[in-house]
Amino acid sequence: MSGWDKFVETFFNAKVMWKYLPDILSGMVVTIELALLIVVTGLGAGLALALLRSLAIRPLNWLIIFVVDLFRSLPPLVIIVLMYFGLPYAGPAPSGFVSTWLSLAFVLMAFSEEIFWAGITSIPKGQWEASRSTGLSFGQTLFNVVLPQAFRLTIPPLTNRTISITKGTALGTVVAVTEILGQASSAMSNSYNPSPLMMGAAAYVVLFLPVVVAARWIESKFAWKR
Amino acid sequence: MIEAFFNIDIMKAAWPIVLTGLWNTILLSLIVVPLGLLGGLILALLASIKHPLVRWPLMAWVDFFRAFPPLVLLVLLFAGLPFAGLELGGFACVAIAFFLNTGSYYGEIFRAGIDSVPAGQVEAARSTGLTRMQATRYVVLPQAVRNVMPDLLSNTLEVVKLTSLGSVVAVPELLYEARQAQSITYNPTPIVMAAVIYFLLLWPLVRLLSRLENRALAGRR
Repeated sequence: MSGWDKFVETFFNAKVMWKYLPDILSGMVVTIELALLIVVTGLGAGLALALLRSLAIRPLNWLIIFVVDLFRSLPPLVIIVLMYFGLPYAGPAPSGFVSTWLSLAFVLMAFSEEIFWAGITSIPKGQWEASRSTGLSFGQTLFNVVLPQAFRLTIPPLTNRTISITKGTALGTVVAVTEILGQASSAMSNSYNPSPLMMGAAAYVVLFLPVVVAARWIESKFAWKR
Repeated sequence: MIEAFFNIDIMKAAWPIVLTGLWNTILLSLIVVPLGLLGGLILALLASIKHPLVRWPLMAWVDFFRAFPPLVLLVLLFAGLPFAGLELGGFACVAIAFFLNTGSYYGEIFRAGIDSVPAGQVEAARSTGLTRMQATRYVVLPQAVRNVMPDLLSNTLEVVKLTSLGSVVAVPELLYEARQAQSITYNPTPIVMAAVIYFLLLWPLVRLLSRLENRALAGRR
């Protein structure tokens, strides 16, 4: 067998790939579920915190800032490991899926709160005052004047963060989540062949590359013209 | 609760192990951050060549590594390459994976920085007799780096946090050592210790960044 054939036989073994294709596909489903959950809950919680912060209640804001700083400075893997291996000692024992979901959602919450907040504060104070003096309520000012402008400003940093945190779903493999990397690794050790790992890698590219390309497009579309 | 998560006896016993991990994390960061910066600088300088044959492959390269989870890259190098007869060891795999992954992020940042320096500056520099290299080195890069300093710092924070992935390929950094200590003592206190150390280590940087970012976003309008 020539070197090339041997390489293909090892890394792109058709028989092994066919056998483990269903595993990788089910891994993709888990990754997608996890990613969607993280994005929806993380961004939702982040926006909620930013809105709470705009009420300017001092002690509450200190708490928000502390929580945000905490989840920005801890590595996501440390949070996942702490939740999965640590929490059971105190009672609740979240599954690997729940640990990964909650940990990454907290991280996305922290980063997106910062970004939403920066967006809100970037709207000049005069706009608030003008809106309020025309008779709009606090809520109306926030939702009809401030947020639409703030969103536009926050989109490029937000898409970047969301992608890089959602990619972290692969960390779930450390706590036995059966997402793509988990499925690929166990298939690799069962078949003693790296082909499933190559499939897993391809699955990530298939899932995330379109998102990255879309993000690039959105970024250029929403960019403020200088 | 305190018995489980903040157990003083366990802390005393685990301290030397966790401390070793801390030093290794610092050492690892001191190696992978410059590696990533170097990779990024190379990418950004290549990107300043506007030829389509350079531009498109480069963009594909950067987008690929932005889409590819670093842990998958690491596992691919660590568990996949041995099948091709290449066993690199956890540390080398981390170094290569970081060079590729974080290099792409740093590259995008440097590129934005270089783009932010007006073209007239290069023209002026060239017309005073500086070569292309000199113009890049003495005129463009210093301003570019200053303009994107918050992004560079923010990415560096992410890189330091990312070194915790080393634990998956048995690099004895902070998280790895803490988990070792946890499995010896059957107590999660060492992991709590590691978390507290990460927080104390990185909190000042997060504070600084949050100020810089607020200012940057507010100033963009």
